[in-house]
Amino acid sequence: MTAPLLEVDDLHTTFRTPRGAMRAVDGVSLSLAAGETLGIVGESGSGKSVLGRTIMGLITNGPTTEVTGSVRLAGVDVHGVKPAGRRELWGTTVAMVFQDPMTSLNPVKRVGLHLTESLRLHKGLSKGAARERAVELLRQVGIPEPARRAGQYPHELSGGMRQRVVIAMALACDPQLLIADEPTTALDVTVQKQILDLLQSLAERLHMATILVSHDLGTVAGRTDRVAVMYAGRVAESAGTDAVFGTPRHPYSQALIESIPSIESRPHSLLATIEGSPPNMLAPPAGCRFAARCRYAVDRCRVEAPALEPRGAAAGSVVACHFPLTAPLHHQHQEVGA
Amino acid sequence: MTVTEQAAPARTHASTLKATDVVVEFPVGRGQKVHAVSGVSLEVPPGTTLGILGESGCGKSTIGRALIQLPPPDSGSVRLGDLELTELGSRDLRRARARMQIIMQDPVSALNPRRKVKDLVWEGRSIWGHDGETPKEVLVDDMLRSVGLDPEAVRDKHPHELSGGQCQRVCIARALMMDPEVLICDEPVSSLDVSVQAQILNLLETSARSFGLSMVFIAHDVSVVKNISDQVMVMYLGKACEVVPSDEMHRTSVHPYTRLLLASIPGEPQDHPHAQQVSVELPSPLDPPSGCRFRTRCPIATDRCAAEEPRMREIAPGHTVACHHVAVGAGK
Repeated sequence: MTAPLLEVDDLHTTFRTPRGAMRAVDGVSLSLAAGETLGIVGESGSGKSVLGRTIMGLITNGPTTEVTGSVRLAGVDVHGVKPAGRRELWGTTVAMVFQDPMTSLNPVKRVGLHLTESLRLHKGLSKGAARERAVELLRQVGIPEPARRAGQYPHELSGGMRQRVVIAMALACDPQLLIADEPTTALDVTVQKQILDLLQSLAERLHMATILVSHDLGTVAGRTDRVAVMYAGRVAESAGTDAVFGTPRHPYSQALIESIPSIESRPHSLLATIEGSPPNMLAPPAGCRFAARCRYAVDRCRVEAPALEPRGAAAGSVVACHFPLTAPLHHQHQEVGA
Repeated sequence: MTVTEQAAPARTHASTLKATDVVVEFPVGRGQKVHAVSGVSLEVPPGTTLGILGESGCGKSTIGRALIQLPPPDSGSVRLGDLELTELGSRDLRRARARMQIIMQDPVSALNPRRKVKDLVWEGRSIWGHDGETPKEVLVDDMLRSVGLDPEAVRDKHPHELSGGQCQRVCIARALMMDPEVLICDEPVSSLDVSVQAQILNLLETSARSFGLSMVFIAHDVSVVKNISDQVMVMYLGKACEVVPSDEMHRTSVHPYTRLLLASIPGEPQDHPHAQQVSVELPSPLDPPSGCRFRTRCPIATDRCAAEEPRMREIAPGHTVACHHVAVGAGK
């Protein structure tokens, strides 16, 4: 068996703030094979975006940041190499698509230049060849009239078109891993679907591994091989996508899935809620971080932090809970006043 | 969370909110205008919830604001019961507005950062006067409890000390304190996390019941709108496409744009023949397409759609649609 494309081992990302150390990512391990897709879901503050950026090497050791543990990407230790070595990786091995397409693009440069820049730098293409390839990339991401669009400025494009340009930029140097951090949050629902479909088909066609980071479980369902659910800086559960949505084993994943209104449910039905709010990450509680909001929590959960273990389920499925759930999920909502 | 009914007795107000042919246009210079809302009519019977669904730029927020005359529509009528709101002078309009409250998308910027929660909740009543027997402090505490906040913990806090979900609860308490007849919710949960979104939706649902409110619920998420509404109005580029009872809307709705929205829900199959779209670009609201405004993205558009604007017509009880290519009874 060949080594996985990405191996993250016991990764901690800590920000030193005036109010104390904030452990945004607190001991995450995961691996990803070539061509595989992984969804990372969680609410705001769960550390999912920081995890994505730490994997990419955008967040690394510095005056206010401490990264421990290791990220190995295609055999390279992302946080062990010099900055120049990291820059070698960017674009060619790993590329990223951010949430807001407008701020990912330089407003005073034409669309084409965004693409040719990395093609000329990394691939050493001539001006003309880079321009041809840029137009080809724009066509590949479904932009009509790519040659004309390449000469336009970002403000002349709609939000969906801009995100397509950002995706084309990410693909320019054939990365092996694409990290998409909330790629559709800023877009309208009908456009969101097009962009997700595009990412999925490109990943399949180019045999590219993808990490899809999102707060929206719906965008991850049916589009990834595996899902990692994050809560307060840690992975609560990681398993095959169908398993997580069909038989969630962590009470947090279960509650999160149940709290989404379904188009099938009757109007005026009450939603299942998760009471309380996530813990303060400057002083996270001992024991299981979800214990305070968990409907099944017992005393042991409040003192002893559960390890992320298989606990008897199928291969590749791990859960951080002392009492993992076993029953399949039923989408049942209570009727008000019924 | 338990919602008590101490703050107000359960009852239903009698006034129907009715808007007819509302037009809102914003001049943008050089003689051009954004046609934000172009002739939309709606009716919210007492105690019911109308959901308004659409993508950004469809005019859903503008119509919501036009209902409370912020700003008043350029033409058309908005009636609350027997009162024609568009003809009121500023003094009478202020009085009428107290009967309608609005909840905004971003709860943090909707609250004055320098004021304490107890003052924020009481602000409307301090303007309109308080003639009851019960002391102000008791009423504020009751109201905070009824929106699921602990008065001891939040009463003396400022908005920045609260989470987004808690701020939205304060906004709801502030609105309910005025004992309104109509509550307009403009994307009240879009800026909140999934688990908090469910808490706020439940709170709005139970409050609407116990305070006898009519609600206009504006959002872009089909499932959220369906869940809270009795009727759903789908808007596209300043026009209403379809008004459909929410109960079975995922099966009965027929307008190609509604089908497109439904097919965009992640995980939903695209089996409906109208679910595909043709072009991806949203036309400019400065110069909307002739005839049916959706025709440039519509899979079943014909020449007739460009020449003639489809009228709203009823195809089933309570179900109206503006499309040339939908037969009467198709929504069954």
